[in-house]
Formats: sequence, C-alpha cells, structure tokens
Amino acid sequence: MNDSLLKRHITIYSEQLRSRRLWNIFIILIFAVSFFMSSSIIDFNLSQIIDGFPRLSDYIVKILPNLDINLILENSKTEGSIQYWYFNFKKYAALLYETFNMAVLATLMGFIFALILSFLSAKNITPNIYSYHLVKRILEFLRGVPEIIFAILFVWALGVGPLAGIIAITIHTTGALGKLFSEVHENADLKTCEAIRSHGGNWVSEMRYGIIPKVLPNIISYALLRFEINIRASTVIGFVGAGGIGQELYLVINFNYYEEVSAIILLIILTVITIDISSGRIRQKIIGEMGV
Amino acid sequence: MASLEINSLVKKFSETTAINDISIRILDGEMVGIIGKSGAGKSTLMRLINRLIEPTSGSIAYNGIEITSLKGKNLKQWRSKCAMIFQQFNLIDRLDVLTNVLSGTLGINFKLLKLLKIYSKKEKIEALTYLNNLDLSDKALQRVGTLSGGQQQRVAIARAMMQNPSILLADEPISSLDPKNSKVVMDDIKKINKQDGIMVICNLHSLEIAKEYCDRLIGLSDGKIVFDGHPSSLTKELAEQLYDLENE
Repeated sequence: MNDSLLKRHITIYSEQLRSRRLWNIFIILIFAVSFFMSSSIIDFNLSQIIDGFPRLSDYIVKILPNLDINLILENSKTEGSIQYWYFNFKKYAALLYETFNMAVLATLMGFIFALILSFLSAKNITPNIYSYHLVKRILEFLRGVPEIIFAILFVWALGVGPLAGIIAITIHTTGALGKLFSEVHENADLKTCEAIRSHGGNWVSEMRYGIIPKVLPNIISYALLRFEINIRASTVIGFVGAGGIGQELYLVINFNYYEEVSAIILLIILTVITIDISSGRIRQKIIGEMGV
Repeated sequence: MASLEINSLVKKFSETTAINDISIRILDGEMVGIIGKSGAGKSTLMRLINRLIEPTSGSIAYNGIEITSLKGKNLKQWRSKCAMIFQQFNLIDRLDVLTNVLSGTLGINFKLLKLLKIYSKKEKIEALTYLNNLDLSDKALQRVGTLSGGQQQRVAIARAMMQNPSILLADEPISSLDPKNSKVVMDDIKKINKQDGIMVICNLHSLEIAKEYCDRLIGLSDGKIVFDGHPSSLTKELAEQLYDLENE
C-alpha cells in the first residue's frame, strides 16, 4: 500500500473515531440531564433514604424467627425450634401448591394463546397486514395493563380465589409471550415455508411445518422464563385476594405476625430457586431431544 | 400431447426486469436444462411457473389451462402438480426423514390430523417406497439435519414425488453438493424423467452437467432467451457469451 493511501485511511479512520466519540459524549450528557430531571420530579433526596434505613433493618430484625440453637429440633410446642417457627407449615404447603398450580395453568394457557396470536403478529408470515396491526395492538393492551389490575377486576367480578388470579396472569402472559414469540418468528428462515407453499400447502401447514420446528427451542426458553416470572406474579397477585400463598402473606403482614412473614418469604424464595434449577434442566432436555 | 406453454412472460422487480418477454413451449417427458450465469433470471422463471411469485404480464398455460389466473384451491392444486426442489433443500431440519417426505402430501390432500403428524398408512407406504427407490429407506427415522447434503437433496426429491407431480422444477439442485453427490442426484432426477415420463425443468450452473443430462438446453441472459436447442448445437462462442467468460 502506498504512503498517500495509508495516510488517507488513517485520517478517515481517526475522523470516524472522533465523530463516534462526540456522539457517545452527547448520549452520556442526555442521560445525565434526564437523570437529574427525573430525580427532582420524584423528590429524590439522600437524607430521606439514610433516615429510613434503620427502620428497614428494624422490620427485618422483627420478622426474623426466634431460634434457639439448643432447642432447634424440638417439637412445635417449644419456643425457639424450627417446628415452632413453621407451626403452620401444612397450610403454607397447601397454599404454595395452589400458587404453583396457578402459575402452571396460567403459563400453559397463556402459551397456547400467545403461540396462536404470534403467527398473526409476525410481520414476515402474517396472512395480511390488517391482522398484523390488529393483533399487535391487542397484545400490547394485554401486556400493557399490569396483571394486578386485571386481578382486582376479576376478584371483583368472580369473587376472592385463585380463578381470578389465573385469568389475570393468563392475560398478561399472552401479551408478553405473544410479543416475544412473534419476534422469534420474524427472525426465522423462511426457506421451509417456501417449500411447503410450493407443494400447494396452506398457511396453517406452513406455520406448522415451516416455522414451529425451527422456533421451538427459543419458544420453550421464553415460556420457561415466563413460568418463573409467573410464580412470583401469582404470589404478589394474592395480595388483592386472588388466591394462593400471597393472600396468606398479605394477611400475616397486616396482622403483624412477624415470624410468619419470614417463614412464608423463605418458602417462596426456596420455591423460586428450585424452579430456576429445574427449568434449566428441562430446557436442555427439551431442546436436545424434542422434534415436533 | 400435454405441454407447458409460456407466452411473452415478463417479471419486473421494482427497478430490474428479471424476465424480459420470454416464450417457450416444453413438451411432456422432456428434460430441459436452463443455463446462464447467476442473476440471469433462472430462479425467477422457476418461481413464476410454480406461482410462488406473480408475473408482471404474459401467460403460462399447461394443457391449455391458464396458470397465471388460478386462485385458491385451484392454485394449490397447480402447485402440487409442479413439484419443486431447491438449492438449499428447504427441508424441515429438526424432523425425521419420513415426516419430511410425508409433508409433500400437504398440498394434494390436506387434513387437520396431518398437523399432528398423523398420516394414513397408504401414504406412509408410498413415502417409504420412494425412499427405498432412492436408497434411503434405512434413514427413514433419522433427523434430516444429521444427513449429508446429497442425502438431504434426495429426501427433497422423495418429498416432491409424494405430490404425484406432472412437472418437476429443480432450482440449482446440485449447487451445494460435491461432485460425487451431484452425480447421484442428477442420476435420480434423470431416472424420474425417463421412467415416470415426468417433465423436468432444471436450473444448472454447470454447463458440463447440463450437456450430459439434458435433451434440450435453454440459455438465459439478462432475462432473455439467447439459446434454445439440443446441447450439441450450442457453440463454444455462444456458451462463452452466456457465461460472460471473456469479461470475468
């Protein structure tokens, strides 16, 4: 390469670098300005947080169980034992199981609805542009409204209990998964679809054999992630009377049964960890073996 | 005799004219090779015949029936009548060979049960027979993704045969295959042409192979026909012009 060409390349390169750097500085400035603007709007002040911190630790200390290391394995009548702390374990287990089932059912139904709608709202495979826009807007509405709002609505309409929670989470799951699924479809390679169309296959066949086998691993990943989210969601949703362990948690918080609060929260954390570990395994197994 | 007649066919994409006023008549049982460099319009012509894309103007008729105006069920019937195989095979990689072959019936005989991979016994036997003819019956339950390129293209041929086609359109069937597999696949296509009397239209990059296998060659350049005749009458000068050898 001759000298002049080399020089020209270097100048162009450093010019590009400079403009990119300017651009980065500009973006950082915008962030800084919006940060200060938003912190003034929400009345952010550090002293409030510092003052509040001790109170936070007060509550945590209050809900901690009163365990005595010498009595820890004694029966439920002895104060200081694990059994005393978890005297209500059978009830918790039943409610946790209810919460778990709420999440399973809502994820499953949401998955099915989302899968059906996602084919209509993926730009590259939708049968027509009207259904694309219509379904996209519907999905936005379904996931835009917080599930707790749907839960309040259905508790009011259907009464207190898990059914309201299941419907609320199903609706939100449909919206959230529908968007993710349609984005997965939009990245799919359409060669197989073309082949099926060239056989004279209809749109449903194209989706079934051209898209589903290709996108299934990604879709399963998203669904399992959503399941983990739904476990937490179905807990929180219980606060408004939509069933499960959350309803009980809300109760013990309000009645200041401090030790029971920590007992329930610990159980929820353990459940989420268990599901996190097993869903990873399930996904590996499904992606490795399943041909649908 | 049944024939495919193409009359002053034009296909324009936004700026370029891919097919520029083409007229051809191809008889049943012929094996026609379409040659030309990439971008000459070979693939476009194939997709126009199958109606995967719509022509800008002109007509395509088979046995006197106009193809370009078909709609709905009739269109699907036409598509299944002219089976197509592709350069990249376009199979369902994650599914087994047999299901892939059976998917060829989705056009001629659609049933909801087929979406659950439930096919009739008769169709399964038919699929296995085609696989057997192509020496692939032992691979029937293997996943397509695990097969070699040559085997995958033969699975695609079996899938095409499931449609009971009158025409086989082969779009660069051997471009992604090594020489040995290319020969196996071309032999299979030739066999389908000779034994079953199915009209074959085959896009080919390689002039050597086109000359070896086809009874008739059609040369395309910039969307126009520049040669139509027996391979032996293709002069060296014309072939060079067709592939732009001097310029490249």
